[in-house]
This record gives sequence, C-alpha cells and structure tokens, in this order.
Amino acid sequence: MQVHKYDVVIVGAGGAGMRAAIESGQRAHTAVLTKLYPTRSHTGAAQGGMCAALANVEEDNWEWHTFDTIKGGDYLVDQDAAEVMAKEAIDAVLDLEKMGLPFNRTPEGKIDQRRFGGHTRDHGKAPVRRACYAADRTGHMILQTLYQNCVKHNVEFYNEYYVLDLLMVEEDAVREDGTPYKQKRVAGVVSYDLASGELHVFQAKSVIFASGGVGKVFKTTSNAHTLTGDGMGIAFRRGLPLEDMEFVQFHPTGLAGLGILLSEAARGEGGILRNADGERFMERYAPTIKDLAPRDIVARSMALEVREGRGCGPNKDYVLLDLTHLEPAHIDAKLPDITEFARTYLGVEPYTEPVPVFPTAHYAMGGIPTNIKGEVLQDNDTVVPGLYAAGEVACVSVHGSNRLGTNSLLDINVFGKRSGINAAEYAKTADFVELPENPEQYTMDLLETVRGAAGTERVAQIRKELQDIMDANVQVFRDERSLTEALNVIASLRERYKNISVQDKGKRFNLDLLEAVELGFLLDMAQVMTVAALHRTESRGGHFREDFPDRDDENFMKHSMCYLDADAVTDVTAGIRMDTKPVVFTRYEPMVRKY
Amino acid sequence: MSTPTEIPEGPSKVELAPGVGGGGEIPSFDVTLKVRRYDPEVSAEARWDEFKVTMYGTDRVLDALHKVKWEHDGSVSFRRSCAHGVCGSDAMRINGRNRLACKTLLKDLDTSKPITVEPIKGLPVEKDLIVDMEPFFQSYREIMPFLINNGHEPTRERLQSAEDRERFDDTTKCILCAACTSSCPVFWTDGQYFGPAAIVNAHRFIFDSRDDAGDMRLEILNDKEGVWRCRTTFNCTEACPRGIQVTKAIAEVKQAVLSRSV
Repeated sequence: MQVHKYDVVIVGAGGAGMRAAIESGQRAHTAVLTKLYPTRSHTGAAQGGMCAALANVEEDNWEWHTFDTIKGGDYLVDQDAAEVMAKEAIDAVLDLEKMGLPFNRTPEGKIDQRRFGGHTRDHGKAPVRRACYAADRTGHMILQTLYQNCVKHNVEFYNEYYVLDLLMVEEDAVREDGTPYKQKRVAGVVSYDLASGELHVFQAKSVIFASGGVGKVFKTTSNAHTLTGDGMGIAFRRGLPLEDMEFVQFHPTGLAGLGILLSEAARGEGGILRNADGERFMERYAPTIKDLAPRDIVARSMALEVREGRGCGPNKDYVLLDLTHLEPAHIDAKLPDITEFARTYLGVEPYTEPVPVFPTAHYAMGGIPTNIKGEVLQDNDTVVPGLYAAGEVACVSVHGSNRLGTNSLLDINVFGKRSGINAAEYAKTADFVELPENPEQYTMDLLETVRGAAGTERVAQIRKELQDIMDANVQVFRDERSLTEALNVIASLRERYKNISVQDKGKRFNLDLLEAVELGFLLDMAQVMTVAALHRTESRGGHFREDFPDRDDENFMKHSMCYLDADAVTDVTAGIRMDTKPVVFTRYEPMVRKY
Repeated sequence: MSTPTEIPEGPSKVELAPGVGGGGEIPSFDVTLKVRRYDPEVSAEARWDEFKVTMYGTDRVLDALHKVKWEHDGSVSFRRSCAHGVCGSDAMRINGRNRLACKTLLKDLDTSKPITVEPIKGLPVEKDLIVDMEPFFQSYREIMPFLINNGHEPTRERLQSAEDRERFDDTTKCILCAACTSSCPVFWTDGQYFGPAAIVNAHRFIFDSRDDAGDMRLEILNDKEGVWRCRTTFNCTEACPRGIQVTKAIAEVKQAVLSRSV
C-alpha cells in the first residue's frame, strides 16, 4: 500500500471534478482520482446546452432564470442556491468561452442561445432562448474544454483509480446551545488502482466528491454503465446523510427500448411529441408551453398516453418524436448527433420518419447535502471541515424535485468552481488530519470479501433483477404497493448478494471484481431511493405517487434526509433513518405549478 | 450555422402511416465471438477464445461482449462506459477494422462467421482488449491542446463569426478513442509518430480564429515525427467513429506548415 499526500484530492474527472481541479490546481497541491480516463465521463453525453441569461438573442435576466429553476423544481429548491446559480451562470458560460469552448454563434458573432424546457420569459409567459450550446454536443465540448484546460494547468490525474472509502475522524464537540455532538473531519480517501490491483491511500486536507450519479439502478437509463452511485454510497456508508434521494428525473426522450438520450434540444428546435393517433398530446397537458414543459410533466404525460392505449409500435409502448416538419439543413446544423443515434440504433431516418421514444432514467436530483459553498453537511447544518461535493453526486439543492434541462451543465460549472476554490482556500490554512489506524483495512476487507466469495449467484443476474424491479415499480408512477414490493425484492437481492462469486481472481484490471463492488453501491442506493419514496406520501416534481397525487406543502415542503442507522428498524426500512430539512425560501411563494 | 429566427410550428395532428416509427418483431440469431485474450498474470502468451451467444437484431458488439462477460467468462476484460459512441472507451479491432464496440451493430457484420475482436494495435496490451493509453495521451498533450490567446481578456465573450466557427467544427468532434491513431500503419511501426488524433486536435486550435499559437503548433508538427510521416492511407478517416475527415485535417495542417511562417 502506498500513501500519498495532497492539499486537495478530487474524486471524479467529469465536468464538476475538472472544473474544480482548474481552480484548485492553480492554488494548491491537487490530485484528481478517477475511475475512468478523464474524457470518458458522462458529462460528455450531455447534449442540448447550458442556460445563462446572457440575453444575446432576446430579453432575459437571471432573476427569471432563478424563478424558472425554483418553479421547475416544484418549490423544493433552496432559493438562495438557485439565485447563486442563475447569477453566476453568466460568468460560468463566459469562463468556458474564454477557455476555448466552441459555442455556436449568432450572426453578430455572439454565443447563440436556444429554447429549452421550463425556461421562460418573465415568469412563465413564453419559452425564452436561454440555452448556450454547441450543436447537440454541448457536454462533449464542455468535457473536452475542461480537460484541455487541466492539461494547460498541469493538473495531476490518477487515471483508473477507483475511490472506495472516505477517511474521516470524529471528535467530541459542543454546540452553541451546549449539546454535545460528534464532529466529523476529513482525513483522506482510499483508492484501488485498477491496473495493478494495489490500494493507495491519499491523505488530504480537502476532499471534493464529484463522482456523478446513480442511473444504473434502473434498466432503462441514459446513464453510462459506470454510473453506479459510488460517491453517494461511500458517503452514506460512512454515516453522512443523503438528501432528496426519492427524486429521480426521467428524461422524456430516450430512444425506445434503449434509453439512449435524445436531447430536449430536439423539442427546443421545434420537434413535437405525438401519440398513435398522430396527436400532439402535450397541447392537452401544458397548453402554454406544450412540448417544452419541464421533464417530469412531459415524461408523465408520455407514460399516461401509453397507459391509456395511445402508445405506438407493436406493443403500444412508446410515443413518437416528430422532426419531419423541420428542414433537414436545420436538423443537420442543430441536432446532428442525436439524429445519427436514431439512424444507427433504431434504423429510423428522422428527416422523414418520427422517432420512437420513451422516458429514460436520467438524473438524480438528490445526493450528498452541501451548502452553497460546496461544503458537505453531516446533518442539517453542521459542515464537515474540508469535505466538499459538486455535480450530480451533490444536493445543494438547486434542482429541488425536478431539474430543468441544461441546469446540470450549469450546476457542475458553478458549484465545481466554487468547491475548487473553497477547498483550496481551506487547505491553505488547515492542517492535515491524522489518518486513522490501518486506513486501508475497511477497503481491503471489502475487496477481499468480494474476491474471495465462493457463492453461486452471478453479479449480472442480481443487477438485472434490481434494474427490472426499479423500472417496474419505482419509475414515473409509484404507490405504496409498488414501493413496498420493490423494497422486499431489494432486501432479497441484498441477501443473495452475500452469496455471489466473481470468476476473475487476478489483480490486474479486475473489472469483474469492480462490477461486483459497484453492485453493492447500486443495492444500497436503490434501497435509499425506495425508502425515501415510500416516506414522501405526496406528489412533487419527479416523484409521483398515484396514491397521493397532489402536492402537500403542509407536510412535505421539506427535504428528506436519509441516514444509515442500524438501530432504525421499522417494517420495511431497516437500517435507514429518515429525517427532514427545511427548504430555504427567499422571495418566491409556492404556487400551483402550471405551464 | 445560421440562426433561423422563426422555428416552424408542427401541426396539432397528423395522419401516421401504418407501421411508422419502426417496431415489429426483433429477430434473434446466434453469433460466435472470437476474442483475443492476454493476461500476463496467467500466461505470457496471448490466445483466442471463442464464445457462442444468442443475440438480437438491435444488439451491438458491446452487448455481445457483455453477454460473454456476464454469463460465460467474467474474466474477459474491456473498457466501456457510455455505450452509445460518445465517451471513446471501447475502441477495438472488430473483424480487422477499428471501431467502437458500442456503435457496431451485429446485424451489420457477417454473423455466419466468427466475429474477431482484438485490442487496437500499436499500444501496449495490458489485458485482453485493454491497452495502455498513456503514449496516446502523451502525444495529445504535446501539441498544446488548449486555447492560447495573447490579447486582453474581454469582459464578455470573444466574438467569432459563424463561418470562423464552422472552419474547425469537424475536428471538435474528436472523442480521443484512439481508433484513428491505432489504425495508422506509420504509428504501428513508429510509436514516436504523433499520430492522427494529436494532429486532429492541433487542427482544432490552429484553425480556431480565437487562437494565437498556431505557429507554435505547426512548428511542433513540422518535427520529423510530425505531419510529414503521414502517408495518406486514409485508414484513420475510415476508422473514425465520429466521421471526422481525419486525412483531410492532416492535409490542411501540412498545407499550413508550408504556407505559414515555418
């Protein structure tokens, strides 16, 4: 085992991690640890754009953007955080342009902007052109540009280093009101070098988690195979809370049967959704902004159309995205990649044929709770000194119960930057926290248990059954029965997980072992999501309970907080303690959410 | 890349042609995957393993590899992530051609014969289909792949005309998968050659109107291991999963070396 020492260690090299690294790397001795090669992260799959009220093509301002973000999140957004994000969005876009990002341009040479779901002029009056974009590969351009700037600033990467543990110590402390509590402090992380199979301990004054989402708990997902909730899982196992985990975004337009993302930009550029009758059904569900309603509303409307028998195809199980009224030249200029996906994977020509689509699990609104500085919270308001989180792994919360399209590319840039600066500044004055004794022991035991397991169950089989039950029971529509059943299945899968075996017993690039460890995180996170969904007996944003179809502000205008707690034993939620956290309000009163 | 001011509004209702949007039964078939195996922990020798799997008409080579790994032999090792051709993890040699496994549909291959899957060539093999990418990224880093602008930093964005933006659009698509570089016969015999991907990424900045360091990059690529090693075999263009006109980009860089200050 080797021990490394850095001021700042960043876990993850997607957009948030690399944006943080660019700041931190210029201020402090920084290392980036990443499970993948840096440009492989799923930021690169983002397509449509990044919103900022530049007002380059029509009147706009960041206050409207703040309002849209809050309303889009069904008022579960922390309003101070949304304001920070919308305000800093403008510099975030300009920063990227100055770093070299090749945005599409207006005839005057300014950054071009287009429409996107839920982004409106003057508090909902009409769609507004706010999304800055580079064709339909904005995420690709952001990821490449950030990596290019990491190269420019000589950021130190440890590629294919899989972080498996967060090292923290606990100290006795006393609150202002005299109550004693345990204060956590970060000491470093433990990582597994995939190439050699060796463990490396990284001692650090600051640690930033930027390890992405958890889409692979679902079968139909736009997420990469590698998005297995590792960062959330590590934090949770080490006693940190997870916030708002019941809120998962299902993106309306996944390629039917495959889940591959077709950007909302398709609708921003004029594409419309149709059912088997050829009807533009969004006119009924969102009369004002129609196909450009926020994602939760569109996804639910699509699922309803299918449920009521108006789905397309031999099994009537999808709807159609129609671009056929658009000029092929317009499609080629604005949507080249996604039309290529339709051709490659479904054999459909979008110029002349509508494309089969259905909602696909896309984004976790919840995650590791942080404040607006990116500092991780160990409860509702106690900061863990030196620990930061940014991007999908974190919950600031700027997305509330439903994220608006483009706001994730914005989130990673705004809060990646903030975390990077704050982590480096903290490291300048802080001391190293002494590593716990045998810091690698927990990780070594975890790996050896999995490697040495000689059971009869296959990892892939358990994962498939988990993904099947999550798709069937915890997707767009949920109720007590479906969630309880899902929890029972997850519990039995967790039992079977103890009886797995991996065939590859080697040290070198043991990806068989990796997948088994990842499945452990998926099982943990699926359980947390489902327990949280069961507890929220209302419908809000991405979380729709058929048995409680209305929003219930009196009882549920608050964030959920899940803690690992062996003593928390009730019928179905063994081991998870639920708590709540107030939503931060500034100036926006909750209203009925209509579009 | 002009910006239409008005986007046409689609009609509220249309008649759909029967069977529109694809669908129907998805055919299934058996394929044999012949995978190049190498694990120095087990043996210094590489070998071929064959696996027979039942697959569907919409499946890709990556799906077949997953089926092998998940149901037959968990030790079969390969990189992958996004699974739809944007992350660049799973470039490999499929039936002798460099492709992304996640973008190669089985139905487009001859499934009556075994499908051979090997690691990309010219980079050291680590295990099975996994190669050491470090030499590849080293060349990339050497061409200074970042915007260098000597002027004052404006408060707003730098202006760039749509035409100037279009000039280097093709080479911004690169996902650094190494399919081009590892298909290049020059690179196979001379690992010091920068290779097509590094030149593509140099092109992306040389022809960006906002960049001031084109001459420095041209100087680097005028090196004996630079653009002049290219023999215009077009393997790279054929291999690129993003459809980048790689050989054309290299030719434009060669032209620029000749016509500019170098």
